[in-house]
Amino acid sequence: MKVCLMSTIAEKILSAHAGKKVHAGDIIVSSVDFMMSQDGTTPLTIKAFQEMNGKEIARPDRYAVVIDHNAPSPMESVSNLHKDMREFAEKHGATLYDVGEGVCHVLVPEQGYALPGTVIIGADSHTCTYGALNAFATGVGSTDLAAALISGKTWFKVPSTIKMQYDGQLPRGAYSKDIALRMCGRLTANGATYKALELCGPVIDSLSVEARMTISNLAVETGAKVGLMDCDQKVLDYLKPRARFAFKGVAADEDAVYEKVLVEDVSQLGPQIACPPDVDNVVPIEKVEGKELDQVFIGTCTNGRIEDLRIVADIIGKNKLAKGIRLIVSPASRTVMQEAMEFGYIQKLVKAGATVTAPSCGPCVGTCNGIPSDNEVVLSTANRNFKGRMGNTKASIFLSSPATAAYSALKGFIADPREVLE
Amino acid sequence: MKDLFGRSHKFGDNVNTDYIIAGKYKFKSTDMDDMAKHLMEDIRPGFYEEIEDGDFIVAGHNFGMGSSREQAPLVIKAAGISAVVAKDFARIFYRNCINVGLPVIECDTDSIAEGDELRIDLERGFVHNVTQHSKIKATPLPSVMVKILNEGGLAEHFKKHGGFNLD
Repeated sequence: MKVCLMSTIAEKILSAHAGKKVHAGDIIVSSVDFMMSQDGTTPLTIKAFQEMNGKEIARPDRYAVVIDHNAPSPMESVSNLHKDMREFAEKHGATLYDVGEGVCHVLVPEQGYALPGTVIIGADSHTCTYGALNAFATGVGSTDLAAALISGKTWFKVPSTIKMQYDGQLPRGAYSKDIALRMCGRLTANGATYKALELCGPVIDSLSVEARMTISNLAVETGAKVGLMDCDQKVLDYLKPRARFAFKGVAADEDAVYEKVLVEDVSQLGPQIACPPDVDNVVPIEKVEGKELDQVFIGTCTNGRIEDLRIVADIIGKNKLAKGIRLIVSPASRTVMQEAMEFGYIQKLVKAGATVTAPSCGPCVGTCNGIPSDNEVVLSTANRNFKGRMGNTKASIFLSSPATAAYSALKGFIADPREVLE
Repeated sequence: MKDLFGRSHKFGDNVNTDYIIAGKYKFKSTDMDDMAKHLMEDIRPGFYEEIEDGDFIVAGHNFGMGSSREQAPLVIKAAGISAVVAKDFARIFYRNCINVGLPVIECDTDSIAEGDELRIDLERGFVHNVTQHSKIKATPLPSVMVKILNEGGLAEHFKKHGGFNLD
């Protein structure tokens, strides 16, 4: 019997939710504080709920249904699935975020549901985004979600933790997305499978809460279950106007046991690019600079927040897009869109020649609003570049920060934003 | 649990859920038999036609990486595949397989060739390669997962017990 008293953030949050002290490797039943599903996963959740003889949702105020993946509906079959979702939410008293409200992983934090020290499951793999708010938040399938709707609980294998510490100072032209892509390249697509990441250090502390979410968002691309960060003053300030429920932040014990600790100094980090068809196929921008583009997509749960659009609007300025380039911008929520209009970002983008869509996932998942044609090359601020991800297996997708994407849209090829920032 | 028999269909590392079933089909219907025709079509067109009931998907590392779509294990099951054998799995996919009652086996798959006849003993954790007269030791499933799998998945478990009963 191993004696192990000191705990990681993941172990502490899960201990509090299992009602007993738990450690890496234990299989537990945990209470769940918040649940979410979207239009790609809710139809099967409803099906599983019915198969399980579900009568009512245990805590309807703790469940949000979001119509974002294929919204507004481009076809009849989708419209019918959306209708089923609205009826399910209405019948059970769940909160519905309908077409145009935004992307689930931007809405959940923005609307004050993602809280420190809580356990959140979402029927979407990028639920790990809320780790930036110190929540043990992870993606599950529809059946898991249905079970949690009925019982208020789910089962977990308590993960071991890899600690990633970021030292130094982020140079101009490099952003949290570049840290995140570099992390994917370094850990690889299965380097953290079944494990938790704890992301910390002075660089993480220096980032805004929104910028931190970009890093936690990509945790799943390393196979990780969660991408946890500390609950510091910035998190408390972010939550002050929006937290819906009481919460208490959780810190790791000083002598917590980690599977490994990786320290990285980011002082020399430049823009990073993930090359098709894998998120961990990451290179410094110099290796692919000049690659000609057909479409640039800015948005998504990774990089569609107001800070991202501010960076984009600053770089676009009064310039026009390069000839032949399509720039598609999807503000990630209604609030983001409103703010982007108030600050004049949307006007700048439209004048430059960009197409601005309703807040939704759209092109990122290849459902609508910008599916590339055969042999086209796309630069996107999303989190996945798999073959066919944007709806066409013959197109190739590169991933970057919003700054790199915006500057590349002006040049017509993959271009280094440090040229205009320095 | 009875032994599983079938032929191997070999895949590489990092087969993601977009390849298993492209995102665009999630929105066409919830009919898995219909969607099963598109299984792996972006990386192996015509795969569905090659499958005989009971066959296995045999893969390398990180099978099922990517999205949380439960359609991925469901279409594999609907296509007639009786189990997925891989070096290791992405975690959401792995959970989803257990929850929908699709057996997953972790073992070294390098020696298994395309078309090999396999017999899988889930309880003891062995993959017998009938074609090559060899035996591969697999990582045993935790008892909680065996319980859910034996009951036919999480929905059946809930129907039987009215909630979680994993102790």
